[in-house]
Amino acid sequence: MSETRTGAQIMCEALIREGVEVMFGIPGGAIMPFYYAMWEYRDKLRHVLCRHEQGAGHAAEGYARATGRIGVCIGTSGPGVTNLVTPIADAMMDSTPLLAICGQVGSHVLGKDAFQETDITGITMPITKHNYLVKDPNDLAYVFKEAIHIATTGRPGPVLIDITKDAMQKSVVPRWDQKLNLPGYKPTYAPNRKQVREALKLLLSAKKPLILAGNGVIMAGAAEELRAFAEKLRVPVITTLHGIGSFPEEHPLALGMPGMHGWVHVNRAIQECDVLFNIGGRFDDRVTGKASTFAPHARVIHVDIDPSEIGKNVKVTVPIVGDARLTLQALLEEMPEREALAELHAHASDWMEHIRELQEKHQGKQQYVNRAQTERMALPPHDVYDKLNRALAQRGRYRVVTDVGQHQMWAAQLLDWNAGPRTHITSGGAATMGFSVPAALGVAIAHPNDTIWVVCGDGGFQMTNQEMATIVQEGIKNIKIAVINNGYLGMVRQWQELFEQKRYSGTPLSGPDFAKLAEAYYWKGLTVEHSDEVQAAIDEAYATDGPVLIDFRVEREVNVFPMVPQNTSIGDMITEAPAS
Amino acid sequence: MKTHTIVLLVQDRPGVLSRVAGLVRRRGYNIQSLAVGHSEQPGISRMTIVVESDHVEQVVKQLYRLIEVIKVSDVTDDPTVEREMVVVKLHAPAGVRHEIVSMCGVFDAKIVDVGTNTMIVEMTGTPAKVENFIEVVRPYGLKEMMRTGRIAMVRGARGHNAGEYVESANGAVVPALN
Ligand SMILES: Cc1ncc(C[n+]2csc(CCOP(=O)(O)OP(=O)(O)O)c2C)c(N)n1
Ligand SMILES: [Mg+2]
Repeated sequence: MSETRTGAQIMCEALIREGVEVMFGIPGGAIMPFYYAMWEYRDKLRHVLCRHEQGAGHAAEGYARATGRIGVCIGTSGPGVTNLVTPIADAMMDSTPLLAICGQVGSHVLGKDAFQETDITGITMPITKHNYLVKDPNDLAYVFKEAIHIATTGRPGPVLIDITKDAMQKSVVPRWDQKLNLPGYKPTYAPNRKQVREALKLLLSAKKPLILAGNGVIMAGAAEELRAFAEKLRVPVITTLHGIGSFPEEHPLALGMPGMHGWVHVNRAIQECDVLFNIGGRFDDRVTGKASTFAPHARVIHVDIDPSEIGKNVKVTVPIVGDARLTLQALLEEMPEREALAELHAHASDWMEHIRELQEKHQGKQQYVNRAQTERMALPPHDVYDKLNRALAQRGRYRVVTDVGQHQMWAAQLLDWNAGPRTHITSGGAATMGFSVPAALGVAIAHPNDTIWVVCGDGGFQMTNQEMATIVQEGIKNIKIAVINNGYLGMVRQWQELFEQKRYSGTPLSGPDFAKLAEAYYWKGLTVEHSDEVQAAIDEAYATDGPVLIDFRVEREVNVFPMVPQNTSIGDMITEAPAS
Repeated sequence: MKTHTIVLLVQDRPGVLSRVAGLVRRRGYNIQSLAVGHSEQPGISRMTIVVESDHVEQVVKQLYRLIEVIKVSDVTDDPTVEREMVVVKLHAPAGVRHEIVSMCGVFDAKIVDVGTNTMIVEMTGTPAKVENFIEVVRPYGLKEMMRTGRIAMVRGARGHNAGEYVESANGAVVPALN
């Protein structure tokens, strides 16, 4: 029992004890002792060598978001760990359980500007849920346990452990039995019952109730409970960008996405509703528009596991601190008899009819491109989504990872999201371009039997596409990339077109021949320039036993509509470009 | 903007001071003073920060997000005992020493060092009284001054300790409806 281990061995064993199976990283001087030890544990701990630490971080995020388990990334001191900063910030914004393991210079030179020294705990303090600097190998067993506990519980988030090289090299007897000592960290899971009854009372009094479902529903594994709850009350459900997958869009109560690029009928419904039940969403400004004008008639019930989110952006009538699943279960338990719901059902049905009328008027999936115009286009982006949407529905078992920009919003709008939680993976809070290709690597490792579609822009793709080599080296075959190539940093160009008199400053963008680039990475690369070639390319992607990239050279200047201009009311959407 | 006195109980770990200060800085608020030291419980420190802010409620909630923060209270409007200490070095040639000594008596201040031309005086009291003291001694020639920052303790039975907080759990941050 009293066998000694090096600090690095303790790190490996601690990860295995916590159920970690895969890590994404790049070695270097300060972290080498960890890689030395990793060799012994390689049967249990898979290491995926990425091409850039940012890629390693996003891959770990992809893995975490696709599974709900901790994602692990590794970087060496200095530039290695500063390259992890972007994915760490991304994980913080989207509440992703991420563990960043960082090599640090020897403790005797700490703070002396040693070779490749960076104060990574200082740098990441505001963008981690918590972080550690470990100088003593005796602390490692405990710190790893505590770090993973913190990253994965309560509101999940990124945790960073910076370990000095000598702490990894020294041998000690690990103590695995230490109890967690976290008097200041006791997340509230079970909701207050009184609040739960209060929330129900408010909902039952509503004439125009709405449910808003966010990321919290997915993280808590509460999709089934959400469905049961909505069906019991017969209240319509809207899903935020990160709530996509928590409620099937084909469900008769589903309305779709709210916010800046949400649907008109959804935003109108929010502006008209009298009770808004938000579960696991944080009222991001991309959802609320100008917060002071948001849902002016609504009394708000806000369920969140993080008390600091409640009342932050929107005034709340009934706050509930708790886990989304436990809260929905409690709500279902407290649910009154059927007769008591009759009045609500009657109101809800009128309300639904009204919203569907709005929807009829304002939403058609292809309505927001000018038809006459698209007929002149060789390849309107909407045709790509249309075909992709059908392929997904027909072939099943898919997950879609999107990047950031117009293509991301089109994916959220134009694909039908019915495949359940964790099938739509995107960078929302931070909106990190370059997220999708590396994240897909992590998703594909987590779900080797699903087809992982990446939908990304030509801008974001050029930020991190080198992970295509990692994907090949790891023998991953189930990734297909659709580049929505419009030759612009399209989303920025759209703002310039609509609000800045078409000053296309810094947005026109060239690139290599993406299909050839894919071929150079030993992928299959296809190019599509006309609408009538889309189907064949998608079919070929499915028929190919290996990773495939399709370069969709879409019409260059198409806008995402509807749209709420920044910091205005979501009641005032624009649905086409103002005549110029 | 209103000045708030916030009292925190924190785990005594490296970096905790940076985390608390960083969180306040992130909102662009200025910390007027910050005092930290051991509490009655081993491993736990008590901190008093004074900030100017109109939205301190959000800061208090976010402070709870910090793993090492056990309890946070905005005690601005509570009955508290507030104290601050100031140490001043005064220009004190023989002619004025007598005057300084008697003035120190009025403020309950203590003379802790006497040099050929200087005196060091220590004074403890409410922040207002400290302020007043400083104004009174300033004309003598204030060569150096150092203030500890405010510490605050709530009066009476209502405590602010770790044990009590652990029982009431994080949910306490959001007021229950009753
Ligand atoms: C790392 C990063 N840099 C800059 C931005 C700002 N930004 C948001 S969308 C966008 C354009 C993205 O262009 P592209 O990847 O081609 O996608 P498109 O909008 O054309 O579909 C930019 C530059 C960002 N979100 N992330
Ligand atoms: Mg583009």
